[in-house]
Amino acid sequence: MAGTGEEAARPSPSMRRRQVREAAIQAVITLVALTGIAAVVLIFVFVAREALPIFTSPEVGKETDLARMFLPQAWRAGRPAFFSWQPVSDVPKYSMVPLFVGTLKVTAVAMLVSVPVGVAAALFTSEFAPRRLREVLKPTIELLAGIPSVVLGFFALIVLATVLQDTFGFTSRLNAVVAGIALALTVVPVIFTVSEDALTAVPRSYREASLALGATRWETAFKVVLPAAAPGVLAAVVLGFGRSIGETMIVLMASGNAAMTTFSFGDSVRTLPATIAAEMGEVVFGGAHYAVLFFIGVELFLFTFVLNTLAAAFVKRVVRRMAGTA
Amino acid sequence: MSVASRKAVGAGLTLLTGAAAALVVAMLAVILVDVVRGGAGRVSWEFLTSAPEEGMTAGGIFPAIYGTAVMTLLMTVAVMPVGVLTAVYLHEYAPPRSRMAALVRVAVTNLAGVPSIVFGLFGLGFFIQFAGGALDRALSPPGELHYGRPALLWAALTLAVLTLPVVIVATEEALRAVPREHRDASLALGATRSQTLARVVLPQALPGILTGAILAVARGAGEVAPILFTGVAYFLPELPGSVWSQFMHLGYHVYVLATQSPDVEATRPLLYATVFVLLALTFALNLVAIAIRTRTRRKAAAGH
Repeated sequence: MAGTGEEAARPSPSMRRRQVREAAIQAVITLVALTGIAAVVLIFVFVAREALPIFTSPEVGKETDLARMFLPQAWRAGRPAFFSWQPVSDVPKYSMVPLFVGTLKVTAVAMLVSVPVGVAAALFTSEFAPRRLREVLKPTIELLAGIPSVVLGFFALIVLATVLQDTFGFTSRLNAVVAGIALALTVVPVIFTVSEDALTAVPRSYREASLALGATRWETAFKVVLPAAAPGVLAAVVLGFGRSIGETMIVLMASGNAAMTTFSFGDSVRTLPATIAAEMGEVVFGGAHYAVLFFIGVELFLFTFVLNTLAAAFVKRVVRRMAGTA
Repeated sequence: MSVASRKAVGAGLTLLTGAAAALVVAMLAVILVDVVRGGAGRVSWEFLTSAPEEGMTAGGIFPAIYGTAVMTLLMTVAVMPVGVLTAVYLHEYAPPRSRMAALVRVAVTNLAGVPSIVFGLFGLGFFIQFAGGALDRALSPPGELHYGRPALLWAALTLAVLTLPVVIVATEEALRAVPREHRDASLALGATRSQTLARVVLPQALPGILTGAILAVARGAGEVAPILFTGVAYFLPELPGSVWSQFMHLGYHVYVLATQSPDVEATRPLLYATVFVLLALTFALNLVAIAIRTRTRRKAAAGH
């Protein structure tokens, strides 16, 4: 070891070398740590860059612009205006509305299933389950998160779709309900894990005080612990929402992929991410369709960015609340 | 409310939450049983070691296993140093209340939330168009595309960016479990910060770092959306010859067999067998990671 045993008061050359080396190592580590920041910035910049022609290129501008993407269009004179996603046609139509409606329908089903199930399972695990059961339950539910989404898509397509059609008699076998339920399988572990963390973070003194005042266990769980952890549970829901908006393979395989603006949950739907996945392989590089698909990517990035920021703010509130009272 | 009715409501609600937990576990079991029943019987040595034949209705999945393995290996090599060093910065080097550390954390949390398909677009826009395009302008004969097209390396790098948060979070947890006194003792004995890191902190954090690597591999091996446009191919007659080749992938193979087969009934056994292999792989990895993590956590709890 260089420099051992020397007097610290007088910096010797070997000591200086040591200091320089330490400073260099620290600089390298700090520099590497910037990669995370760089990645987020670069993702936004490079996805947005490919979408830019929508606003700058006159050629792409001929096919589409913001108004045509978001407002109803009368594609033939005299016909009523409507929303249409038909990128491959004589007159390509790039309305975002059918895709938004599809994404929201699938997400609504997924949230309707996964919020009650995920939060209830978290409440059971943290408040009611005996310790042994809790130690098994938590990793088991987390294991669900380890299933690749393409496998869940496969399961939805081959098994779930048939079961649900036999039960409910859907006209189209692949629809918003099938995709939504399959999606719930990936959202539940997210909601469960984050809620469970928030619930266990509630100090034991809360529970003891409530029980000492004569409340039962369930009253304590529902009226004391759950409200105390509410921002964390909300963060879990928001994160789950973000997850279900961005999930690709499941909806690509199980939603039927028809871009329709209807409000029936039994219809086939096409979501924003599935559209990118299904169509990117067949576009002309640099064309309008290509730019629009990247524009959808920008939208997805921004949606999830906002949702994540929101969730982080909620989590911070839980931490502060618990730190102030523990 | 009377005591009896309060108890009844309580029992009902407890039961309801228990049912929710049971439902989740049951769904997991249903999926596993279905995949094992449909696929396990079809998996043979020959299936694992031969290539698909007759338009994917016969033969095996060796090229897909090989492609997944090589891609994941490249990804791991790329992501581990960056992920571990970032966690080291956050936990060991960043001054308390550091603005930069806070910013890195925000970035990492957001990175974890970016939809996987957006990573695919990023890979296409940044690695293939921008980096690959620049390499082509510098190295390839004019008009030829050698680097600016989907390739094993680009897919691996795209997934490395995607799995970065997994590695950072796992490594930081591992670093947190190393008792402060060990660092103090090492520094008091005259070791420098980096010596303490390399000889005291990192060796103790190794199981946790390994957990991060395993989780990253499990995640990376199962993701399909990010590689759709960055390197994966439907069918290739030969194994990838270099990092600039395209490759076949287990997850993508599942997608193709499930959605684009010309003969659904003929491919179904192969589909189930492929899903079984993919699921067995990611599950085995996840189980190992969970086992290591549970042990590390218990040790950390005992140490404090």
